[in-house]
Amino acid sequence: MKLIRIKYTKWYNIMKDGLSKNNPIVIAVLGICSALAVTNRVDNAIAMGLGVTFVVMASSATVSLIRNFIPPKVRMVTYMVIISTFVILVQLFLQAYYPNIAKALGAYVGLIITNCIVMGRAEAFASKNPVRYTLVDGFASGMGYTFILIIVAVIREVLAFGTILNMRVMPSTWINWTVMAMAPGGFFVLGLLIWGIRELSKYYEEA
Amino acid sequence: MAHLIEIIYGTILNNNIALVYILGMCPLIAISTNVKNAKGMGIAVVFVVTITGIINWPIYALLKSTGTENLALLVFIITIAATVQFLEMFLEKFIPKLYNAFGIFLPLITVNCVVLAVSLFFVNREYTFLETAAFSFGSSVGWLLAIVLVAGIREKMTKNSDVPRGLAGKGIVFIILGILALAFIGFTGIANI
Repeated sequence: MKLIRIKYTKWYNIMKDGLSKNNPIVIAVLGICSALAVTNRVDNAIAMGLGVTFVVMASSATVSLIRNFIPPKVRMVTYMVIISTFVILVQLFLQAYYPNIAKALGAYVGLIITNCIVMGRAEAFASKNPVRYTLVDGFASGMGYTFILIIVAVIREVLAFGTILNMRVMPSTWINWTVMAMAPGGFFVLGLLIWGIRELSKYYEEA
Repeated sequence: MAHLIEIIYGTILNNNIALVYILGMCPLIAISTNVKNAKGMGIAVVFVVTITGIINWPIYALLKSTGTENLALLVFIITIAATVQFLEMFLEKFIPKLYNAFGIFLPLITVNCVVLAVSLFFVNREYTFLETAAFSFGSSVGWLLAIVLVAGIREKMTKNSDVPRGLAGKGIVFIILGILALAFIGFTGIANI
């Protein structure tokens, strides 16, 4: 009984929206830079996705905690400072425990700050809602982002290197599509993915 | 001098910041619906990126001499926000014509990743001051080139072509960008930076 009731709560709706209807990448087309630049290998994509999820949750919660004390005129700068503090945390954590991934991601870890998803959730959701909902919302947006990142990364890594998480999945006669590891591959895969998902969910944009 | 020209040339063509490093995609996709707006946004980006690159270099040197490089991100983002704010006020007061042309794009630039990325890249590559100035200018001109190209293609496409419904709007931009990026791979190896 409890399971059925949970379906209609606010928590469930926020969660569902973040993963499907409001998916930051496919529907809102936000946060594309990192989605394309780091998805040539699956492990980079996972690290990036989890980093963004952490930053979204932590910064949304902080913004929501102090939302009544921020003067509206300087709110953007305040959000920026809060977000960059958490990004520095992520950067130091990666450098300390996963130096290889930190090296592969390079400057893109720092660029989480300008990822529109983080700023967008702070501005659109966290500045108006209590802390407990912002945590769910941040988690849902972050996971919706991670989910797409992993799909793109799996397609690109299989085609470009014949591996998933560095394990060989294609036969040894497979000829690597080097272009998939470069920028054009990312653009094409994400473009086709957006097409597919929008056809499935019947979401059309009037051009 | 030759080295500086090589950097400018290389960042515009063979290491184009939009089409090779895939940066600044959110504004590129959002504002490339017509050439006029794309040009306004692109020129505003050239201004801000060049200025912030030049300002951030001495600041990073200062941070390095005091051993607090970890704070670089925080300091860079504050410099960028402050520069944008200042530029907006300056233009509004002294060059109102220019302000009317691209003033509305200025606040959006704070969240354009090109600005921050240029600052982070010169740190990673240990550029000198002049190299940083050339690099910031070249990268932003490269971005301007990319957004104007995409906007031109999109403008023609809305008139003449029949795009599948699921791809209409923002979806088709990815396909355009992919084809452009393929073309830009052709420049690889012209300049070495």
